[in-house]
Amino acid sequence: MTKLVEMSGIEKRFPGVHALKNVQFDLHSGEVHALMGENGAGKSTLMKILSGVYTRDGGTVDIDGFDTPPDSPRAAQDMGIGIIHQELSLMNDLTAAQNVFIGREPRRSFGRLDENALNTQTAEIFASMKLDMDPRAQVGDQTIARQQLIEIAKALSYKPRVLIMDEPTAALNDVEIAELFEVIRRLKADGVGIIYISHKMDEIKRIADRVTVMRDGAWIDTLDAAQTPLAKIIELMVGREVKDEPPVIPDTSGAETALEVRGLRRGREIHDVSFSIKQGEILGFAGLMGAGRTEVARIIFGADPRDGGEILVHGQPCNIRSPYDAVGAGIGYLSEDRKHFGLALDMTVRANIAMAAMGKFTSKTGVLNEAAMKQTADGFIKQLGIRTPSDLQDVGLLSGGNQQKVVIAKWLLRDCDILIFDEPTRGIDVGAKSEIYRLLEDLAAQGRAIIVISSELPEVMRLSHRIAVMCEGRLTGILPGGADTTQEQIMELATRREAAPVGE
Amino acid sequence: MTSVTTQPAPSRASKILGALMHQRLLAFASLIVLLIVFSLASPNFMQTSNMIAILQATSVNGVLAIAATLVIITGGIDLSVGTMMTFCAVMAGVVLTKAGLPLPLGVVAAIGAGAFCGLCSGTFVAKLKIPPFIATLGMMLILKGLSLVISGTRPIYFNDTPGFDLISRGSLIGEVLPFLPIPNGVLILFIVAGAASYILSRTVLGRYCFALGSNEEAVRLSGVNTDRWKIAIYALSGAIVGIGGLLIASRLNSAQPALGLGYELEAIAAVVIGGTSLSGGRGTIIGTLIGALIMAVLTNGLRVLSVAQEWQTVVTGAIIILAVYADMMRRRKAN
Repeated sequence: MTKLVEMSGIEKRFPGVHALKNVQFDLHSGEVHALMGENGAGKSTLMKILSGVYTRDGGTVDIDGFDTPPDSPRAAQDMGIGIIHQELSLMNDLTAAQNVFIGREPRRSFGRLDENALNTQTAEIFASMKLDMDPRAQVGDQTIARQQLIEIAKALSYKPRVLIMDEPTAALNDVEIAELFEVIRRLKADGVGIIYISHKMDEIKRIADRVTVMRDGAWIDTLDAAQTPLAKIIELMVGREVKDEPPVIPDTSGAETALEVRGLRRGREIHDVSFSIKQGEILGFAGLMGAGRTEVARIIFGADPRDGGEILVHGQPCNIRSPYDAVGAGIGYLSEDRKHFGLALDMTVRANIAMAAMGKFTSKTGVLNEAAMKQTADGFIKQLGIRTPSDLQDVGLLSGGNQQKVVIAKWLLRDCDILIFDEPTRGIDVGAKSEIYRLLEDLAAQGRAIIVISSELPEVMRLSHRIAVMCEGRLTGILPGGADTTQEQIMELATRREAAPVGE
Repeated sequence: MTSVTTQPAPSRASKILGALMHQRLLAFASLIVLLIVFSLASPNFMQTSNMIAILQATSVNGVLAIAATLVIITGGIDLSVGTMMTFCAVMAGVVLTKAGLPLPLGVVAAIGAGAFCGLCSGTFVAKLKIPPFIATLGMMLILKGLSLVISGTRPIYFNDTPGFDLISRGSLIGEVLPFLPIPNGVLILFIVAGAASYILSRTVLGRYCFALGSNEEAVRLSGVNTDRWKIAIYALSGAIVGIGGLLIASRLNSAQPALGLGYELEAIAAVVIGGTSLSGGRGTIIGTLIGALIMAVLTNGLRVLSVAQEWQTVVTGAIIILAVYADMMRRRKAN
């Protein structure tokens, strides 16, 4: 067996984050090598280095048959490294075949397109995948699952020797997954090396030969998939040392219920979610990617419409139809995607902090009181320890942790008593993380109700007074917080997929 | 071939580019260079009467450009400012000449009509989620048609309203300082610019204007009623267009219903030359003012040098491309 890829001592730093620390990884031809780790462990970053999207800051990458590692996605393609991204990157208005051969369209003389060749070649690839699809079909008309298969066909059209699959089954149902695995087995037999990233533990047993586990940007171990029990892999993924002491759970039995949600529904994403949270409580939301936690938060906040269900704030039914309504009811939401949904990056720290509470700084005629805004911003900069040269710095120039503090300051200023934190420490260094944790605990101690959505189990366990677990749009259980709840219990609920319909 | 004489201007300006990181300064420097080049080329250029003619020529386009700036900073675009200006002028004509009402009511009619049109555009964009380009393209045609319908396709003259022509052509400053006969139209332009600048930098409306252009979704998720603010910005922009309508009507002493098309592009050109980003979030009124002045100076200077009208247009187009290119370079350098 040839060694297709050998990476060692890989280092990568982003502003404020040490994303990869001395990571090693290798891939043989004809194997499926699973890359496991929690969100933020560094898997995607490592794969982006291999596929030429990022340049490494240190270490070596050896690709079989080439002297230098790829320095661009194009170079990686030419070396036979294909990648199937987690997010679909198809052009919806083109046909399947046009998408598969984008940039390499078969041509006839004078640059005329050869549509027939395009369609036959695509049909051949579909046939090799046993995929029943018309190459002329419009991509936008297909289901997400079938779009995913087109994406795979596109990667295969490059005849890759190395194929990176990042959560390829996230949108597929069981039958489609079985078909995909059949494609993978055939590729294996042809000597293709496959790097497989997935959060679904059961798939590892079904398809992988070897497993490499990463955590916090570091390589942990590389194991034989068949001989290692899943429990061991999970243990390595989450890490033993949840050093942080479990939370001190306050007695909130006498406290008033701050927020209650009954039978929340939205399309195929969210089915019948009900829970409540009391003042002074921290309710953690655990689950795998795509379990529907963010969707629930966005519905409660009015960012997306709901199809059904009731939201009660302090016992009063509340018809929340927009974020404006939600903020009026005292609910704040800190998005997982700070850059797109939390901050105006080319505006100042001061302007961003004031954004949700502009009324506080506005006279009757609509004139802003910059002096008061500055005073407030400076107060938060000091209180939260935001590291910025001044309150007039553009937020885009701050590190991830400091950007997050600016978002938190924005909502503290608005004085919401129900705060939803979606991945509050994503992209934030360990040091800044514990600062944010302390902040959340202080907020709860002041009597606010705090919902924390996190894909990092240690984080959920470190913070939560109770832990709600979701899987595939359903709330599969609420566990008590504290030392008695194990990660295995949470994982069990997070992977409890809906039982196959029996009869009725 | 005389157009070649203008070539030193951009190249000299681009040398200063390195030192002047700010587009506002860049535009300002270009303006100064243009003035120097034209005054060297022709002794007639720098005369007071010609300077005043340039300012007078800037007034209408300047006011429209200021209106367009507000909308462009939100990340939108307004193609209807030209025909909206005409519509407002016609409305003033209806109130003053056809109904014979007193002058202040005519002013209110023009500004009110503009604000209402802006309100409509804003509602189409914010509530019906129609892209600004399409919504204002529709408004542009609607208003062009309405102007013709309401006026009966004939100009409405303001001969019966004494003092109407003084809105633009009189000179309050000249009465106090006889050596400085700056027309009222120019005075109004500067007042509008000052007010718009104040609104943008000092009021909550201005703050949301930049915030919407910078990241609308983040603003919405901050619990801000983005729809309402957006509509307010379009309405304000429309009201300013109404002032532009008064200025042009006063200058011509008539409302010309066929006029208007093309003005929106001149206004957008001035905004862009002034360094406002078409993708929103960035821009200044002073930049727009300078942009409008650059365009007026170019037109005037080329005419003084007796460059053919056709060539003037070519040069203006080239200047727009150059200005935006300089802005792109500056931003790339900043990153």
